[in-house]
Amino acid sequence: MSLLAGPAGPAAASGWGGDQQRVGFFTDTSICIGCKACEVACKEWNRNPVDGDLEILGSSYDNTGALGANTWRHVAFVEQGRERIEAAQESGRKLVGLGMPTVGPRPPRGQTPDGDLSGTDRTPPNTQEFRWLMSSDVCKHCTNAGCLDVCPTGAIFRSEFGSVVVQSDVCNGCGTCVAACPFGVIERRDDGTVSAKVERDEDVPHAGTANKCTLCYDRLVVGEQPACSATCPTQSIRFGEHDELVDSAEDRVRALHEQGMTEARLYGANPKDGVGGTGSVFLLLDEPEVYGLPPDPQVPTKELPQMYARVGIAAAGMLAATALAFLGGRR
Amino acid sequence: MANADCIVIEGSNMAEAHPVGFQWVMEAKKRGARVIHVDPRFTRTSANADKHIPLRSGTDVVLLGGVIRYVLENELWFDEYLKLFTNASTLVSEEYGDPEDLEGLFSGYDEETATYDNSTWAYAGDPERLAQGLPERDETLRDPRTVFQILKRHYARYTPEMVRDTCGISEADFEYLARSITENSGRDRTTCFAYALGWTQHVGGAQMIRTAGVLQLLLGNVGRPGSGIMALRGHATIQGSTDIPTLYHILPGYLPMPKAGEDDFGEYVRQIGKKEQKGFWANADVYAVNLLKAWWGDAATAENDFAFDYLPRLTGAHGTYQTVMRMLEDGVDGYFLFGQNPAVGSANGRMQRLAMSHLKWMVVRDFYMIESATWWKDGPEIETGELRAEDIATEMFYLPAANHTEKAGSFTQTQRMVQWRDKAVEPPGDAQSDLQFAFDLGNRVREKLKNSTDPRDRPILDLTWDYPVDEHGEPDAESVLAEINGRHLTGEKAGQPLSGFAEMKADGSTIGGCWIYSGVYADGVNQARRRTPGQQQDETAAEWGWAWPANRRILYNRASADGEGKPWSERKKLVWWDEEMGRWTGDDVPDFPVTKRPDDPGDPSKGGAGALSGTDAFIMQADGRGWLFAPSGLVDGPLPTHYEAPESTVPNPLYAVQNNPTRVTFQDRNNMQSPGAHSAKGETYPYVFTTYRITEHHTAGGMSRFLPYLSELQPEMYVEVSPQLAGEVGLEPYGWATVISARSAIEAKVLVTERMTPLTIGDRTVHQIGMPFHFGRGSAAIVEGDGANDLIGMMLDANTQIQNSKNNDCAIIPGRRPRGPKLLTLVDEYRRRAGLIPEDEAQVDGALGAPGPGPGHELSPHTMRGPEEATAVPTGEPSMKEMRNR
Amino acid sequence: MARPLFLDWPVLRQLRGADPTGRGTAVMSPTTRSISPRTADADGLAHSVCPYCAVGCAQRVFHQDGRVTQIEGDPDSPVSRGRLCPKGAASEQLVNSPLRQTSVLYRRPHGTDWEELELDTALDMIADRFIEARRAHWQDTDEHGRPLRRAMGIASLGGATIDNEENYLLKKFFTAAGAIQMENQARI
Repeated sequence: MSLLAGPAGPAAASGWGGDQQRVGFFTDTSICIGCKACEVACKEWNRNPVDGDLEILGSSYDNTGALGANTWRHVAFVEQGRERIEAAQESGRKLVGLGMPTVGPRPPRGQTPDGDLSGTDRTPPNTQEFRWLMSSDVCKHCTNAGCLDVCPTGAIFRSEFGSVVVQSDVCNGCGTCVAACPFGVIERRDDGTVSAKVERDEDVPHAGTANKCTLCYDRLVVGEQPACSATCPTQSIRFGEHDELVDSAEDRVRALHEQGMTEARLYGANPKDGVGGTGSVFLLLDEPEVYGLPPDPQVPTKELPQMYARVGIAAAGMLAATALAFLGGRR
Repeated sequence: MANADCIVIEGSNMAEAHPVGFQWVMEAKKRGARVIHVDPRFTRTSANADKHIPLRSGTDVVLLGGVIRYVLENELWFDEYLKLFTNASTLVSEEYGDPEDLEGLFSGYDEETATYDNSTWAYAGDPERLAQGLPERDETLRDPRTVFQILKRHYARYTPEMVRDTCGISEADFEYLARSITENSGRDRTTCFAYALGWTQHVGGAQMIRTAGVLQLLLGNVGRPGSGIMALRGHATIQGSTDIPTLYHILPGYLPMPKAGEDDFGEYVRQIGKKEQKGFWANADVYAVNLLKAWWGDAATAENDFAFDYLPRLTGAHGTYQTVMRMLEDGVDGYFLFGQNPAVGSANGRMQRLAMSHLKWMVVRDFYMIESATWWKDGPEIETGELRAEDIATEMFYLPAANHTEKAGSFTQTQRMVQWRDKAVEPPGDAQSDLQFAFDLGNRVREKLKNSTDPRDRPILDLTWDYPVDEHGEPDAESVLAEINGRHLTGEKAGQPLSGFAEMKADGSTIGGCWIYSGVYADGVNQARRRTPGQQQDETAAEWGWAWPANRRILYNRASADGEGKPWSERKKLVWWDEEMGRWTGDDVPDFPVTKRPDDPGDPSKGGAGALSGTDAFIMQADGRGWLFAPSGLVDGPLPTHYEAPESTVPNPLYAVQNNPTRVTFQDRNNMQSPGAHSAKGETYPYVFTTYRITEHHTAGGMSRFLPYLSELQPEMYVEVSPQLAGEVGLEPYGWATVISARSAIEAKVLVTERMTPLTIGDRTVHQIGMPFHFGRGSAAIVEGDGANDLIGMMLDANTQIQNSKNNDCAIIPGRRPRGPKLLTLVDEYRRRAGLIPEDEAQVDGALGAPGPGPGHELSPHTMRGPEEATAVPTGEPSMKEMRNR
Repeated sequence: MARPLFLDWPVLRQLRGADPTGRGTAVMSPTTRSISPRTADADGLAHSVCPYCAVGCAQRVFHQDGRVTQIEGDPDSPVSRGRLCPKGAASEQLVNSPLRQTSVLYRRPHGTDWEELELDTALDMIADRFIEARRAHWQDTDEHGRPLRRAMGIASLGGATIDNEENYLLKKFFTAAGAIQMENQARI
């Protein structure tokens, strides 16, 4: 039995049927202005605590650092000189050869486009001396979500929107999900120690439980969009139906490539990747590692059937060995 | 802005200071526009522009003057527009002398007072015709005395090489900028400029804006879609607070405050606008009468010139910096702060706080314990030992203020749009709105003075001061808006609101608190409260809010159509003449007399709107034209001219005159100035620093450093330096540095970044250092830090009395600053090196233009001018310490 | 909260229902199933405008029991289209921050700390001082005998963050009182 989601989408495999459209984000980092409205709107809506030590982190304009229990939107800032820009353009060009969206007519859904950029003018217009990448990171709401799969209590569930949500009234703070997330997103909201539920700090909401982006589940149920996408001044964060957003994202990459910006690429859009594609798709202008994203995230439960099969074989072998041991011993 | 084909953001960091407004720049980009960001730093705006051009702060007149020259040399101006709508063909007085001929000065300069007499800048012509807005012209533009030819001569030396050597901008980048602008101007395309305090906060700032104005007029980029100059103001209702001004020099609607000696009402209004001149300032008497009658009701009659005498008189500039000087001389007893934090936000932080210690009392109205409320116990001067709480006699009243959700009222945003806010909840505890405070203060003072027979108290007692209040004592804000809008007092419409300023009369039968806002309450409907969703409207969205005047969204939009009233192109149509209907119509409210035909010759005998011709698009100007050359209105010259900043170590490459000859400064031990280029000792402060906002914080921190969510985003004060400067000085990334200026020294963390570029200026390298100004030292905020404004001196532009914040000089060394009195020792050490102390060695404010004792003099008669807002004529009042050596 | 019925136990829902792996409908708690945003439960919604910069983004201010519970952008605005920058998005915290000072504070001359003061007393003291300061530095005429009619002992700063109506009344009253040294952020 595989836990992986089928072609009908992740919600369908969780009791919702196939009617609801999956929704999510498309984050186009090429139009992000690094304002961090998303960070604030998210915190404000969810009443998340302040984190951090009120000191400059040492990472350009990023003083938040990373996603965690208290920060569900995080803007990264990366300053790059010409050498790095050219390397990004080159790696982007190579990706096209591997099947990433490129110029020309969009291939039918599900097929990889053929051809490379040989027909395109590869000279970028004035490669800049310098650029400043900005990107707002968020929980990916993976198609195959590690946190969801390993949660022993059922605290984490797949919603009708295809999102992955933690129920803080159910979560017992065991932390298994923290290890299972290939992106390092979900975290327990605590001071690093273990504490029984009765001892938790009542001033901090949901203290001790696992916390992450809920895709503003409480807003979605009344037809409102998530706080971050609603507030993003340039709509770098766009919210909508997943399939439409992925199409949009591919169009956008195509358009950027036509302008010579071959560094543009998508992240999370490939349904064949290690998490089955993500509900939150990104347009990046460099390698994922540059943004602090794992280049090849894998959901840890992917190999579950094979793991169980091996367990089965090992158990059978153990039984056989034990049986042999006893049979031998009686003589 | 979404309709622009090219957007130049200069003197502004729009994506960081106006992020939501910036979505419209991104919209323009989506439609194919080119976006260029000219700024000393590579910012979040630059990251989203097509090109960032770093420039040496304060050299914008050279850069844009260079583009003007490029336009003139290559004949790229919009010829028809130029001839129809600008004063290009106007002849200027024979006595006019240009800086080209006078080594950097204009004609009419008086060294003693450091001011200009602008009579030689006047138009040429018969006095009577000039008064009617009809100067002599040469339509061929060939006469050397035409504005056009003067312009050519004036900018002849602003070559690409000059731009390179002054601004640090390569010839290739200059070419890119000039071509982008010119290729996107004309009938079919428009370019838009956006600026903010990167232009205003300079000595010479008004002239920087003027340079863009000249350029845009040359290219036909005023009054058209996606054109113009977007002034990006920075506070919720700073536009409103200039329209209905809590400012010393003006009254509501930009009427000037009267000056000493202006006791004849007729003369006062005539100075603003003559009856015979063209345009709407000819009705200055109407606007003034309506204001006076609104204020003094029955006590304001035709017989007493509507209580004009009740207005106090100015004797020069009484701006905030002049007032701070007065405070230091014990000339001011009481100081009110209404949501402003000068201990952190005003230039020369030390003098701001020291001045507070001279007051008898202060009233601080705010939400949080801002540094301007707590300076007496936790300000930097307590740490240095200069002040001790026990020694400070200043009585402090902290009054909690209601915030924007706890009171109804209107804000006017940067596009002149007035928006009403509804009240959501009651203010907590003792908090009350400033409306209630103001009304209550007036009531109490009037009550205490009610039996006074002193004629000085009559203006207070005769005020109309009666607004309905609710059960909490809160006045009805809409009733105030209604007074601002105006109403009929007599006749069949008695009591009814005015529909617009056209209904105002000068005979006391109407009142109106602010003529440009007249119409905001038309029909008794709060037009500012209109909220028809944008999705249900066209681009102009005229049914959301209300913009002054008369809900016109683009000013001077008559200029979007040609001489016959047809749009310059289909693509750029905005308003046009409809012959059948006999009126102007289109996508915006026409900013023009709506039935005036395009071929109307104008009737000089009528004056005012009647004298405007069908092509006088610039309806507020006395001659109906856009001014390339400004015969009046700016006190330091009719044409923008480059001068170096007060402390600049770079010799002015263009003229012998180093600094702006009219600049205002204050001689005070705490306001010293680096000798800059006037002495080799200027190299004591070898680097240029500039200050700015960042997205995460707001102004002096009173609304951001007390909020956890914003404080954690940018928790510490920092400076930004280039890797080269860091290497030169020995600064560690994310380590500490101390920045020292002639005023003070502060510490900050260091961000070493390629976003700061050293610039090659002639044969030298100029390093610029950037720093946000949001941080201050106190004890109540969540995050604090040393304040950038402690480094900046009070050196002002003479037009605006605004301080030079954007380029001052400093030294920078690694490590934290000394604590306590040792801080002062460090600052003095550098001053000694710079020859600023002992004081008898000090250079007095540099070369030409050292302001002298400044006797007052009569305002010279002007032949052609609009309203004068801030003629900083210094007085000879002996107790005023400004502009005198101590 | 009612105790879950036996048949409502998640494990039974998992075995019975369409969610055999127990990752969706089967494990939703009653709290989750009845979730709703606080904006839907608010007593009311006031239309306002952001108090920070001058773009003038429209804000929706939700309130409940006399407190502001949520401030977010208003999608109806043609200027902002519902968006807010980080400062505008933090407006609810501006309004509700625990650091907000809501009572009058008074510091007597030479005092080393704040004291409490009744609002009415404070306002009366201020009015008295206003009158006194006005008298103390009053100027009838200048040295040429020209009328000045002004009170140089009073100054004010601020206006860009308070309402048009407030600026109007302040300017009106101060001008009538002769207090000309009024300034605000526009000068800076």
